[in-house]
Amino acid sequence: MDILFIIFAVLTVLPAFLMVIARNPVNGAMFMIISFVGMAALFVLLEAFFLAILQILVYAGAIMVLFLFIIMLLDMDEVEKIHPKTVTMLASVFGLALIVVGVVVLLGADGLTGQTFAALPVAPDFPSAENPMELAVSTKSYGFGLFTKYMLPFQLTGLLLLIAMIGVIVISKNRESGEEGSAS
Amino acid sequence: MTLSLNSFLLISGLLFAIGFFGVLLRRNVLVIFMSLEMMLNAAILALVAFSRFNGIMDGNIFVFFIITVAAAEIAVGLAIIVALFRKRQSVMVEQLSSLKN
Repeated sequence: MDILFIIFAVLTVLPAFLMVIARNPVNGAMFMIISFVGMAALFVLLEAFFLAILQILVYAGAIMVLFLFIIMLLDMDEVEKIHPKTVTMLASVFGLALIVVGVVVLLGADGLTGQTFAALPVAPDFPSAENPMELAVSTKSYGFGLFTKYMLPFQLTGLLLLIAMIGVIVISKNRESGEEGSAS
Repeated sequence: MTLSLNSFLLISGLLFAIGFFGVLLRRNVLVIFMSLEMMLNAAILALVAFSRFNGIMDGNIFVFFIITVAAAEIAVGLAIIVALFRKRQSVMVEQLSSLKN
């Protein structure tokens, strides 16, 4: 087993767990950022360099900053005083144990030794009609895939972002002040 | 390199379990939302690992779409939480039960 993989796996899983059990949501968000950076490192191990950068930029950068901003805005000092009920705690620990046992039983059967890495092309040398597309590490191949095979989903994603933006504006618009503005 | 697909899937499964645990355990809507993100990330890791070991590009491109949709989802979800807090002055799930009865 690779030593780097163990380091990055611990860097991903341990902060994730600390995030779940952290009392303060700000600490939780910080742990979450560490976990995302660890996951980006795992992406680098999987030779998905573009996705690693995207993970850091979008998740650790944009999304977690948004979370921290909302936590600050909502003034979370007095929350989380209520302790979870014993039944809730037992049920959640049971759910956690169930999934972990299932994963370990499914994957640990052949002793965590499956396939190993194959040799990887460094340039997108697949013909456009070929399906599925062959793996390549360069960012060029992502663009190639997005603009050929996945053109329609790509455009639909753009539409989805537009819809989300309009939805956020509608939701967070202050109704009272909006009516006053239209009346005056 | 002797990394196996199963070790990555183990990490992915553990992350998913931790996120699930957080969704069940925590009472704060924001922390529940963060745990949901953790589960989404576990799925992303599994997709990248499968894509890498099968030698196809499609999984990686799908992860690109998932990250975009997650960003949109976070924006809408946080807007809903802020609107909820403005109306109720609370983000704890116990106090948000006005649809009950």
